[in-house]
Amino acid sequence: MKRTRGEKIFNWINIALLVALAFLSLYPFIYVFSMSLSTAAEANRDGLHLYPRDISFDAYKAVFTNPAIWIGYVNAIFRTVVGTALTVVVTCLCAYPLSKKHLPGRRPILFAMLITMLFQGGLVPMYLLINGIGLIDSLWVYVLPVLTSAFNIILVKNFFEAIPESLEEAACIDGAGPWRTLFQIYVPLSKPILATVALWTAVMHWNMWFDALLYINDENKLVLQMFLRRIVVENSTQLIEQGLVNPDVTQFTAETIKAATVVVTILPMLALYPFVQRYFVKGIMVGGVKG
Amino acid sequence: MLLPGAVYFLIFHFLPMGGLVVAFKDYRMTEGIVGSPWAGLDNFRDLFLNEQFPNALRNTLVIAALRLGLGFFAPIILALLLNELRVRWFKRTVQTITYLPFFFSWVILGGIFLMLFSTTGPMNSILATFGIDPIPFLTSGPWFITVLVVTGIWQSIGYGAVIYLAALTGIEVQLYEAAAIDGAGRWKQTRHITLPGLTPVMIVLFILSVGQLLSAGFDQIYNMYNPLVFESTDIIDTYVLRQLQGLDFGVATAAGMFKSVVGLMLIIGTNALANRLSGGEQGLW
Repeated sequence: MKRTRGEKIFNWINIALLVALAFLSLYPFIYVFSMSLSTAAEANRDGLHLYPRDISFDAYKAVFTNPAIWIGYVNAIFRTVVGTALTVVVTCLCAYPLSKKHLPGRRPILFAMLITMLFQGGLVPMYLLINGIGLIDSLWVYVLPVLTSAFNIILVKNFFEAIPESLEEAACIDGAGPWRTLFQIYVPLSKPILATVALWTAVMHWNMWFDALLYINDENKLVLQMFLRRIVVENSTQLIEQGLVNPDVTQFTAETIKAATVVVTILPMLALYPFVQRYFVKGIMVGGVKG
Repeated sequence: MLLPGAVYFLIFHFLPMGGLVVAFKDYRMTEGIVGSPWAGLDNFRDLFLNEQFPNALRNTLVIAALRLGLGFFAPIILALLLNELRVRWFKRTVQTITYLPFFFSWVILGGIFLMLFSTTGPMNSILATFGIDPIPFLTSGPWFITVLVVTGIWQSIGYGAVIYLAALTGIEVQLYEAAAIDGAGRWKQTRHITLPGLTPVMIVLFILSVGQLLSAGFDQIYNMYNPLVFESTDIIDTYVLRQLQGLDFGVATAAGMFKSVVGLMLIIGTNALANRLSGGEQGLW
């Protein structure tokens, strides 16, 4: 197609704009990487910190010798692995019967699930419930309240509905019960959608911190995000307050240690992101377009 | 097979809905929900008569309106710009990079931005090279809200753009070919084919974000705010959390219930409006 002069100019401006935007998207991450590898003097220098001029691994040494980080890591991995596995299983178990049009009470059940998407009891009733059933300070509080969601179930149910009935009939004739049909026919055929559900769930688990803030008092059961919050967020907030009283204090806490803690938290996700991002895009296309 | 799911929804979704009766009770820890005496609408009256809640409600509306007003169009613009690119690897790279921040919690992002926008941070050192005095991004109310809105858009722009790009692939190529034959340039094609093609997705996303209006980005605010900007950034959710921590369960539940009910009405109302304007075709249900 021939392009006019105006379209060519637009094209170059567009490219420049998008390159700038991509840089802005990455810059905060570049900054923490650079800071985490800087010496204390280098970290205090004015400037963009695109790369460290004086390299030091002291911040990482400090982070890794902090036992709290390891506790946080173990708990975060626990909730991510166990939580994701249970979510996938329970979601399949719900989606399979609901994908059958002849299931009695199918419409009321779907309607009830839809209600949970639109209306929630809120923070306090949830807190009283968790308190009442004794989940305070239990690791299961990370997993059970977010076991599945109406959105996940509907997503998988729709996928199951697209699988031809004849496969199920064939399995039935061969003597397979519903459990075997689900796990040996439906689940293997639904790998793409289940991978999408699993990845979104895993990201959610890795990032969750609010439940730990509310329900966990035991230091040994906190997740990584909570320790990060303490080291980075609460520390900075206190500094802002103190800084007003005495401006010199702002230089006090090692910014490099905060940066290194951030890097340690985001690294697992950053390392996996290039490989799994196509599943996220696919998941949005399936689920997001017609929620 | 439905049993685990049914038990889950009953316990963790419907039971808390029933727990909303606490909003109408003078809740006492020792007596439990059933034993506590009824309080009628006292909790709601306390809520609106104290100064904090109306202030939190106002802040919520201001921040949410700014977010929705500016943040709704940003991903659409990004998707349109990405759509104009001819080089596929470049398009995909930009898409992947701008999508990245969506995968990190506000503990992480908030922590980074607290460093970037501090008085000695890189934002202010860039300004200094242009001879501009340091700006108190984190400690002055209006500046802090600006930072909230801008970083909020920064985080979600790529995610939104991916949704719109997915919708773009559904627009038929013949429409563009026909328009090109009729002499429509790129701009006219965008205006008359692409944008109308995106409208259904825009409406769905708009309804969903209106439903989220009263949340106003709690995660982000809670991880970035400090006592100095408290006055202008205390929102409903931070208010509820504070009441809960102060063990004032009745008032906290009432505030949370107010938020849930208004959110539900907003989403139903917007959906009805979308249905009416489009003749019953474009709502969520």
